[in-house]
Amino acid sequence: MATASQNPGEPAISAEHLVRRFGQVTAVNDASFRVEKGEIFGFLGPNGSGKTTVIKMLTGLLPLTSGSARVEGLDVRVDSEVVRERIGYMSQNYSLYQDLTVAENLQFYGRIYSLEPARLKRRIEEVVESNGLGPYMNRLSAKLSGGWKQRLALGCAMLHEPKLLFLDEPTAGIDPVARRQLWDLLFELSGHGITFFVTTHYMDEAERCSHVAYIYYGKIIADGTPNSLRELPDVQPPGTMRVEITTPEVTRALRFARQIPGIRSATIFGQSIHALINDDLNLHDLQEQLLKNGIAVAEIRPLAPSLEDVFVELTYKHQAILEASRA
Amino acid sequence: MPDLFRGFGAIFYKEVLHVRRDAGTLFFSLTMPLLQLFLLGFGIDTNIRQINTVVYNADGRRESRELLDRLKNSDTFHIIRYVENDYDLNDMIIAGKARVGVKIPVDYSDRLIHNMSAQVLILIDGSDSSVAGQAINVTNAIGLDESLRRVLQDRAAFAVDMRPKLLFNPDSRSANFFLPGLTAIMLLNVTTFLTAFSIVREKERGTLEQLFVTPVRPFGLLLGKLLPYLGIGFFELSLILFFMRFVFLVPIHGSVFLLAFLSVPYLFAALSLGILISSKAKSQAEAMQLAFLPILPSVFFSGYIFPRETMPALFYPISYLIPATYYINITRGIILRGAGIKHLWTDGLALFIIGTLLLIIAARRFRNKVIMA
Repeated sequence: MATASQNPGEPAISAEHLVRRFGQVTAVNDASFRVEKGEIFGFLGPNGSGKTTVIKMLTGLLPLTSGSARVEGLDVRVDSEVVRERIGYMSQNYSLYQDLTVAENLQFYGRIYSLEPARLKRRIEEVVESNGLGPYMNRLSAKLSGGWKQRLALGCAMLHEPKLLFLDEPTAGIDPVARRQLWDLLFELSGHGITFFVTTHYMDEAERCSHVAYIYYGKIIADGTPNSLRELPDVQPPGTMRVEITTPEVTRALRFARQIPGIRSATIFGQSIHALINDDLNLHDLQEQLLKNGIAVAEIRPLAPSLEDVFVELTYKHQAILEASRA
Repeated sequence: MPDLFRGFGAIFYKEVLHVRRDAGTLFFSLTMPLLQLFLLGFGIDTNIRQINTVVYNADGRRESRELLDRLKNSDTFHIIRYVENDYDLNDMIIAGKARVGVKIPVDYSDRLIHNMSAQVLILIDGSDSSVAGQAINVTNAIGLDESLRRVLQDRAAFAVDMRPKLLFNPDSRSANFFLPGLTAIMLLNVTTFLTAFSIVREKERGTLEQLFVTPVRPFGLLLGKLLPYLGIGFFELSLILFFMRFVFLVPIHGSVFLLAFLSVPYLFAALSLGILISSKAKSQAEAMQLAFLPILPSVFFSGYIFPRETMPALFYPISYLIPATYYINITRGIILRGAGIKHLWTDGLALFIIGTLLLIIAARRFRNKVIMA
């Protein structure tokens, strides 16, 4: 039976050496991580890298090939039923019934979690209040805008007062205002001790998380706070620095920049180039070299690595390791 | 003790809301079968009557005209034209205007008068075997009868007198034969489509994925989905029975309650088939195509249209795998022959076994291909 020991010090999620194979394919390869209570944990990675598989393992839908995972203090291999009682889940397409009204969707999800009528009534009132759904109760959910659909979906996932919520790409395809409002709501809820496990493709959302992990071909290649990741030696090797080169001719500039000795890597960011250079390279000399090739440079300035830089560097490094192991 | 049917009430509640909100689909799926019922009930008569017939009467005397009258009175032949030569006789058949050509030779009456055997040529278009068969049987019978009358003259009755008596459908009405069978096809149609759609819709929308992450148990989910459609299936059955009895005047000889009772395992099998389809189909369009697959064998191999006894040996065993085979036996048994539970319990049991197997296969597929994919 459920070993419902809610140890206060225990993390919301602890995954140890998770492995999942589908036939010959290893979808998740020795993934270990911890998510502390009250964290907003950003789980990132390209499509098909194993994000969904990890969520399915943590929610007890997929048996683990090996390894172990505890969610809210429960072993998912033993107590997956109880785990599902205690967590909330919101998928990227909001999982609402379009032909049901807002009130009916809430009713349905409340009944799914077997809330007794009095508690269900109270919880619906609370969720409607906190998510601002009041004016829309009798509207079909198909008629809601993306942002409101998402608020309703979040409300449905929270009715049974879970302490841990999985949000699978919660902001895919909604407008920037609604995106920001959702994040404000997440921060507020996390202030009340709720843990969030969020997958996303948006780097700016990753920057807002208190803890991020990056999964690449089934392997977790980054895990930590955004700031600790920026300081990783792989991202910022000793003797290097990161600069932003602002120029009106980014594509041409990139071609030349990559040929200049001392520039280790370079990528375009809008009207500028982000480059990792040896720190003995004089910024003034660099500007001169580009000018010689007819490239006007507005500004070159040092730059802290973004999370995107972090993931790009780690991906390169990991690809190199993969190729070396294949050879 | 974990509740095996956890979530049943919630799913049932939601499913009823879906059905109520989507009244259009419900109306469509209930009326389409009724339309079929009317088309088949009024439009199809498998009793072959009034075959278009062309006649070349080279004789033209009383005996030959008497013979033609007998052909006409059989109700099997309808003489549309008299021609004057062999060429026209043939031509009418080739053109498809007539299916039977009758040629009475010029010496027909003479030979009869002189107690010699007279010959009549019957040309039959064999392209439709049932029409051809009927034409052969009736002309043979008339020829035999005609000969016997002449041999026996007015002497007593026939030495052997066959007295066929049609049980259960004395007027050989096609509606009586077709409509009970059609019930099976229509119920299969409605229930399989509706369940497959209701699940595939949730797959498309991603709500199914959501449900798997809630404490809903598989049995709660499936039962909550099945029961509303079982209800619709029963409603459909009552509609069909009502129209069959009061519009098409098909007498129901057995117990309606027994029919309802034995419909449960059939509907169960049809609904399980719907779930199986939904475990395969990724979109509603695909579900639509897959849901048509079981219809054809159910129409052709179940005995609905063609007697199973005439099926090639290769296909005969297949008919045992088709739920409609058993259900048609049940509907015809109860409606036409007044059969009771002691005649039909094996069919009910077979349906229950097929339904259970389908549900197990569907549940396994669901686990492996949908949840764990």
